[in-house]
This record gives sequence, C-alpha cells and structure tokens, in this order.
Amino acid sequence: MEACAEKEKVPVFFERKSSLEKALFIGAAAGLLISFYLIFIWSPIEKTMGLVQKIFYIHVASASTAFIAFFIVFVFSLLFIIKRKRIFDTYAKVSAEIGLVLTTIVLTTGPIWAKSSWNTWWAWEPRLTTTLILWFIYMAYFMIRQMDGVWEKKARLAAVFGMIGFIDVPIVFFSIRWWQSKFHPIVFGAGPSQQGGGVDERMLVTLLVTIFAVLLLYGYLLLKGVALEGMKITLNHRKEKIRERLIQ
Amino acid sequence: MSGFFKNAFLIAKKDLYSELRTRQVLGTMIIFSGLVILVFSFAFDPAQNTTKAVIPGVIWVIIVFSGILGLNRSFISEQRNDTMQALLISPMDPSSIYFGKLLANFTMILIVELVSVPFLFLLFDFHSIGSVGYFLLVLFLGSFGFISIGTFLAALAANSKSSEMLLPLLLFPVTSPILIGAVQATKIILSNIEKLPDAVAWMQLIGAYDVIFFVLCLILVEYVMEV
Repeated sequence: MEACAEKEKVPVFFERKSSLEKALFIGAAAGLLISFYLIFIWSPIEKTMGLVQKIFYIHVASASTAFIAFFIVFVFSLLFIIKRKRIFDTYAKVSAEIGLVLTTIVLTTGPIWAKSSWNTWWAWEPRLTTTLILWFIYMAYFMIRQMDGVWEKKARLAAVFGMIGFIDVPIVFFSIRWWQSKFHPIVFGAGPSQQGGGVDERMLVTLLVTIFAVLLLYGYLLLKGVALEGMKITLNHRKEKIRERLIQ
Repeated sequence: MSGFFKNAFLIAKKDLYSELRTRQVLGTMIIFSGLVILVFSFAFDPAQNTTKAVIPGVIWVIIVFSGILGLNRSFISEQRNDTMQALLISPMDPSSIYFGKLLANFTMILIVELVSVPFLFLLFDFHSIGSVGYFLLVLFLGSFGFISIGTFLAALAANSKSSEMLLPLLLFPVTSPILIGAVQATKIILSNIEKLPDAVAWMQLIGAYDVIFFVLCLILVEYVMEV
C-alpha cells in the first residue's frame, strides 16, 4: 500500500471552478425556475386530488434522482475498491449525502400527498417501505463513515457497505411487493395491460422537465460537494504541514 | 478448495471449543431468548386465542435479537484478545476465516432455536404445527441467511470502537427481506398449511437471498478484513 501522503495529493480539478460546474449551475437554476412555472401555473389542476397533486412532481423527481444518486454511490464504491483513489471515495460520499437528502424529501412529500389522496399519512406499501429501508441503509452508511480511524479504512468499509446496500434494495422491493400491494397507482402506461390511470400530456411534460431540473441540480451539488471535500482535505494537509514546521 | 473448507472447519472448531470452555455467549443467548418470551407474554396475553397469530413473529424476534448478541461477540472477542492480527497473518484466506466464523455462529443460533422454540410453544400452549419438516426448513434457511450477512457485517463493524451499537443499525435494514419472508412462510406453515405453495415461494425467495449474499460476502470479506 502506498503512503497516505501520496494519496492526499489533491487534483487541480478541486481548486479551479470548472466550466462544467458553471454550466450545471445555470442549467439547474433555469431548469428549476421553468419547472416551478410549469408546476404551479401551466399544468392543469388534477380533477380529484386538486392542488395537492402538484407535490407529485417534486416527489417523483426527487425519488428518481435519489435512485440515480445511490447507483452512482455503487459505481464509485466499486471503483474505489478496485483503484483505491481518494477521489472515487469522495464522489461516493457526496453522492450518498445528496441521495439521502433527496430520499428525506421523498419521505416528507409522500405523506403530505398521501394524507389528502389516501387519507392516511403512511401505508406499509412496497415502494414506501422500500424507500424507508433505503433511507435506513444509507443512514447506516454514514454511521460507518463516522467511525474512528484513518480515512482509508473508513472509505474501504463504507464502499463495501455501499455495494451491499445497493444490491439489497431490489430484493427488498421485490419481497415487500410480494408481502402486500394495494396502494400505489400505476400512473403511466394507460393501456389495459398495465391498468394505468393515464396522465395529461401537460402533466407528463412538467414531470419530465422537473426530473431533468433536479438531475441537473444533483450534478451541480455533486461537483460542488466534491470540491468542498477537496478543500477540506487540502486544508487538513496544509495544517499538518504547518504543524510539522512548528515542531521542528 | 479443500484447504478452504479445512481452514474454515478449524476456525469453527476453535470458536465452538472456546465457547464450550467459557460458556459465555451461548448461555447468555439462551437466557436472553427466555426473557424475550417473558416480555412477549406481558405484551400479548397468552390466554387469548388471537395470540397464536403473533407466534411466527415472536419466533423470529427471538432469533434476531439473540443472534445479534452472538454476532457482536464473534469478532470483538478476537480483538479483545489481540488475536485478530494473528488470524489475519495466518496462512489462510479471509474468506475461510469468515466461513469458519459463520459456521460457529450458525451452530450456536441453531442450538438457541432448539431450546427456545419448543419452550415458546410450551409456554404459549401452541401445538398445531402444520408441517414439522417445512418448519425446520424455514428455520434453517432464514437463520442461515441472517447469520451469513450478520457475520459479514460483524466483521465490518468490529473496526469501530462502538461496534455493538453499529451492528444492529447495519444489519436490520439489510436483512429485512429475510425477516419478511421467514415470518410469512412460518405463519403459513404453522397455521395455514393449505397454502403451502405460497410458503414454498417465500422459502425460494429466502434461498435466493441466502445464495446471493453468501457469495457476495465471500467475495467482499477480503476488503473488510484488511490489516
């Protein structure tokens, strides 16, 4: 294993503000503004659920982006296990953080919607329960990250758990769907084969725009978070250097 | 390959032998399972007929809670005695250390089940098991899955100073498919044996989970037990 100091070297990428980051910022800001316009003004009000239905756009966009974020955690965990570069660990950590925040948004907007449309805050339904378990798994992931010890050990253990957790999620979903399924509507795919309720075209456009905007926001936050972690590492590194110089 | 099994059996034998000499963990697990039964008798009135419906859940709560006690000890005791380093530098694969620990933990949880489940049936006056063979099969499959991922996560958590607190947080969400499947299958086998095909389907799910995670843990354990 190489010396720690070698891996502590921070890529230049951390310090310069990349043009990709700028583009993502503008894209995310514009996308969110447009999607808010689409959600609140342009798209029609749902017949039976009324205004509350509008939370659905944020809900679904956060949920799908959270799944992507956790997939990214899985990919970077795998890369870290193979290559052992700190940058992969940083990406996995930041992506898990954003994913956890998005899952929390899903778990708060969901009950608000559910209260008015199903008349209950919570139902032990496959997707809800899976999301809750997902949330617990990634909370545990951060518990591992808060362990004492050198970063290399924590990163390795967290990467292993990030992979286990991600592989577990489809099995959790499948087993809970078997357990009981009655609540969640299958919205898309109006044909008789899927028994979907169908959706207004404007609603679909709004949803897609919102998902895209949240994805851009995720990308921006990911880069920003990685840059922030990089700064923390650099700062610790320089502090260490000063400490060494003072002791001598 | 034969070396893998030989080493694993050696580790399991060592763990069980030291358990036989100290009788620390197994005794605690069995007494604890008795206490869980006692607590459940307060929570659900044993005299009422509806209590029969919660028996499958109680069985698995006993297995999970007393299992956690054993799992916590299996790697901590190595670290307390500073023997973990010795195990790691000994000429054997981390996967055979893992498999050996798994076998030892699995034997212990089977002993706990052997004592506590009949005891539970006795105390709650439950005597209508649909099919004893299938019931034992569910116990076997469910415990194996729980212990195999549990041993792996215990090795992971042992790196932390507060591993006793960390292990349940890691273990419960990951094993939720096993708990759902095992409780459902047990419920069908104990009280609704006509629906046996459903129970078999649940057992297949548990079996698939067991295989996937056992193989995954064997592959990944190398990265958990690095020095």
